[in-house]
Amino acid sequence: MSTMLAEYLPILIFLGISIVMVTVMLGASYVIARQRPDSEKNAPYECGFEAFGDARRPFDVRFYLVAILFIIFDLEVAFLFPWAVSLGEVGLFGFWSMMVFLGVLTVGFIYEWKKGALEWD
Amino acid sequence: MIIPEIAFYLFSVVAIASAFMVVAARNPVHSVLFLILTFFNAAGLFVLLGAEFLAMILVIVYVGAVAVLFLFVVMMLDINFVELRQGFLQYMPVGVAIGIVLLIELVFVLGTWVIVPEAKVFAEAPPPANVTNTHALGQILYTEYVYLFQAAGLVLLVAMVGAIVLTLRTREGVRRQSAFAQTHRRREDAIEIKKVLPGQGA
Repeated sequence: MSTMLAEYLPILIFLGISIVMVTVMLGASYVIARQRPDSEKNAPYECGFEAFGDARRPFDVRFYLVAILFIIFDLEVAFLFPWAVSLGEVGLFGFWSMMVFLGVLTVGFIYEWKKGALEWD
Repeated sequence: MIIPEIAFYLFSVVAIASAFMVVAARNPVHSVLFLILTFFNAAGLFVLLGAEFLAMILVIVYVGAVAVLFLFVVMMLDINFVELRQGFLQYMPVGVAIGIVLLIELVFVLGTWVIVPEAKVFAEAPPPANVTNTHALGQILYTEYVYLFQAAGLVLLVAMVGAIVLTLRTREGVRRQSAFAQTHRRREDAIEIKKVLPGQGA
């Protein structure tokens, strides 16, 4: 095993332990507990009154806008990581290359702010 | 050691099974959740290949953001699930055709390995010596591939502007707070002093 993979061994062990624990807990409650389902027990619980309407109703498009703006800035940050690590080697050109990249996205950010896309109402 | 092999088979089996469930699940929300599981397993496979940075980006961007977006889209579509199933046979030929194309591509990839075993050497990029993944990417991404990098920035800009243009609607009759208007309100605009004589009223 290479040293790189050896560093990931704790994560694998953690993953294994969590899978085993979840299986044991869910399985035990499924096997040991008495199961006597009826229609009232299986009904979705909604604060004591009868459930009305479908949970899958279409909701506001503004959630979508917030999510897609988040993805864009998430990707911007993802580009920053290799840059920060290797800034010593890429020199001034690499530095300004990233500054232009950030500038382009800042133009978008200013547009977004001025358009009011960040405001909820 | 045998642990990487076990991990590889574990990740790939779960990835294939959950990818199948993405297609087979009746509820689209469950499909998206299986898609997230597939992304996680693909990240595990990337780690096993030594591509740590890609694995982390897969988790951050795909699981953290794209999957959430998919969930939003699935929730926003007002789907009648019974109707959705009825079109299944109608779309089947297209799906089968795309599947066959992908299969042929896979056969070509495997075929080159079998026919020309030396080709594998050229396909493999030499592993960067003594630098981490992220470091190796950073050394070439911002200098050698600067045009592609800036193009990526422009694509992100276009996506941002496009999303705003497509989805932003100004709402009528919304009361907003305007700090500028508030702080620039003067005493004379707001109040008026009147002398009220006794017994007369305002």
